[in-house]
Amino acid sequence: MNIRSLAAALAASVTLSFGAAQATDLEVTHWWTSGGEAAAVAELAKAFNATGNKWVDGAIAGSGGTARPIMVSRITGGDPMGATQFNHGRQAEELVQSGLMQNLDEVAAKGKWKEIIRPASLLASCTIDGHIYCAPVNIHSWQWLWLSNDAFKKAGVDVPKNWDEFVKAAPALEKAGIIPLAVGGQPWQAAGAFDVLMVAIAGKDTFHKVFKDKDAKVAAGPEIAKVFKAADDARRMSKGSNVQDWNQATNLVITGKAGGQIMGDWAQGEFAVAGKVAGKDYTCLPGLGVNPIISTGGDAFYFPKLKDADKSKAQAALAETLLAPATQVAFNLKKGSLPVRGDVDLAAANDCMKKGLDILAKGNVIESTDQLLSADSQKQKEDLFSQFFADPSITPEAAQKKFAEIISKAD
Amino acid sequence: MTDYQVARRPNTLFRNLNSKIASIPMIVTAMVVFLGGTVWTVFYSFTNSKLLPRTTFVGFDQYERLWASERWIVSIQNLAIFGVFALIFSFVIGFVLAAFMDQKIRLENVFRTIFLYPFALSFIVTGLVWQWLLNPDFGVQHVVRSLGWVGFTFNPLYTQSIVIYGILIAALWQGTGLVMVLMLAGLRGIDEDIWKASRVDGIPMVKTYLLIIIPMMRPVFITTLVIVASGIVKVYDLVVAQTSGGPGIASEVPAKYVYDYMFQAQNLGQGFAASTMMLITISIIIIPWAYLEFGGKKRG
Repeated sequence: MNIRSLAAALAASVTLSFGAAQATDLEVTHWWTSGGEAAAVAELAKAFNATGNKWVDGAIAGSGGTARPIMVSRITGGDPMGATQFNHGRQAEELVQSGLMQNLDEVAAKGKWKEIIRPASLLASCTIDGHIYCAPVNIHSWQWLWLSNDAFKKAGVDVPKNWDEFVKAAPALEKAGIIPLAVGGQPWQAAGAFDVLMVAIAGKDTFHKVFKDKDAKVAAGPEIAKVFKAADDARRMSKGSNVQDWNQATNLVITGKAGGQIMGDWAQGEFAVAGKVAGKDYTCLPGLGVNPIISTGGDAFYFPKLKDADKSKAQAALAETLLAPATQVAFNLKKGSLPVRGDVDLAAANDCMKKGLDILAKGNVIESTDQLLSADSQKQKEDLFSQFFADPSITPEAAQKKFAEIISKAD
Repeated sequence: MTDYQVARRPNTLFRNLNSKIASIPMIVTAMVVFLGGTVWTVFYSFTNSKLLPRTTFVGFDQYERLWASERWIVSIQNLAIFGVFALIFSFVIGFVLAAFMDQKIRLENVFRTIFLYPFALSFIVTGLVWQWLLNPDFGVQHVVRSLGWVGFTFNPLYTQSIVIYGILIAALWQGTGLVMVLMLAGLRGIDEDIWKASRVDGIPMVKTYLLIIIPMMRPVFITTLVIVASGIVKVYDLVVAQTSGGPGIASEVPAKYVYDYMFQAQNLGQGFAASTMMLITISIIIIPWAYLEFGGKKRG
């Protein structure tokens, strides 16, 4: 090996890294990897690059459950990225408490976040001990029932307008060889579907009493018993959906092999990619058509503390960019989610998104379970409901007892 | 005088000095990483550490919660069923295949490659392949039904009571080839004269295998046992790829419990308690065996 050429190569690499350092590089990690998601992230990158900095994309494939452990261990292990996605809520709580995250108070004051972000609970989730630590970027809600119009036509029944009609239509669907309700095998799907049923059937107050106040008596009471009965119906209707991933379950609905699916508004992206039109090919019922309330979880960006002053400046610039009206519109249209500020115009939104915006404007919102429960309690809930949906021998009463136990120990 | 004595009976510490120096890095690694990590884990399993380790002690709370958890009990049962059957079947099938290979058959190389090939695939790939093969809508059940047996049902991955056997099938498909190769190497190490002697004495072939060859292959069996058993205890990726623990919690395994609670549930204390229980289980098996094997008198 020629030593001189090696030295030249080394020198070149040094100058290269100098060149790049002038426009500050910021590595941003996230788990948005599906087609629509990647397109949405590209909008964020474009907006950030326009500020004279450079977005270094750190996408981690395999959804939040895989990505979050990697992100957390990078931050705690002393190799923090410039910014990282988490869901609103308590996933990064401990990282903030141990002082690993950048305080965003100044940026927030400058951008008047307190006035523009709606609902206010989004910013509250980013606030710990009176300081703001994250920038919310979108709102995703869980409370949707997606129905395949084709499947109901084939079964010879009208497309249901609410959950009860859907349950009544189930036998007709089954007769036509269609699975009434698609539920994938991933544990969070069963747990999420139960939460949706709870809001629709037991209402907002009960939901808050159980998940916010952690009232085990309510969780063991008659209101929640009704929810478990509905979950029992859902369990019966979901028999035969032999799929794992949520998008495979959505695909059953898209192809008319299943009647419907309880899933968050991210499912809309799948319908869009398949070229389906809301209202014509599929129907969406917010709040299962019973109780149009949506939860306002979603994604937010956190900024780990960095030693480099230039990078800290770039972090502030990124936080500002994320909340800028133009970025909010461009990003959320591609993502299929709702913007976090009420003062932007989403004329290009489709039917279902408009329904969501409408509910948001009316203020019929609740916090998501990610915001209310710790990851530990969420996991226990997932274990319970994935087992409940898979094993018909568990009675709703027995499951409710276990549920109340989890709530009594929840934090 | 003293120098003279030292020269006559050299200090054992300095014998083979070079090799001892060479093994220092590995000794340090073993002490710090393995032993140190183990002690650290056990220590923190008595705390209520959540996302980050912290030293607030809660006694045996984590262990109480662990053993009250239905998912942990199911995990342990699954590991027991999976472990026993995986051991028995991979040994029996592996040995029988190796014995057939040893009959100086034609194309032995080809067969050996075919049988060993699955071992070259990772557990994730194996799991995904078998997830499709065992899927009732695309796999074996679908094929048999489309051949005319309409009532045929073979749906292990979506039936709670037998899902662990679906995973077992994939594990055997992947791992038996390795057992076969190890056994074959053992068989090749048997002196040809033993066979000649047993033939002269008129001992039937099966009996020769069972009573003479297998006892002679003891070291090979022990090596294989260690390799297969360690694979069983840490089974994780296969389950994740095939069923991700489902349906419900029917195919959960202890290693998955540890990972899920440490990282997804952000509850390090609970994960540490579970991994400590795994360690204790293994110690209960390994220590008496190691004592019998390495302690006491050396066998001839």
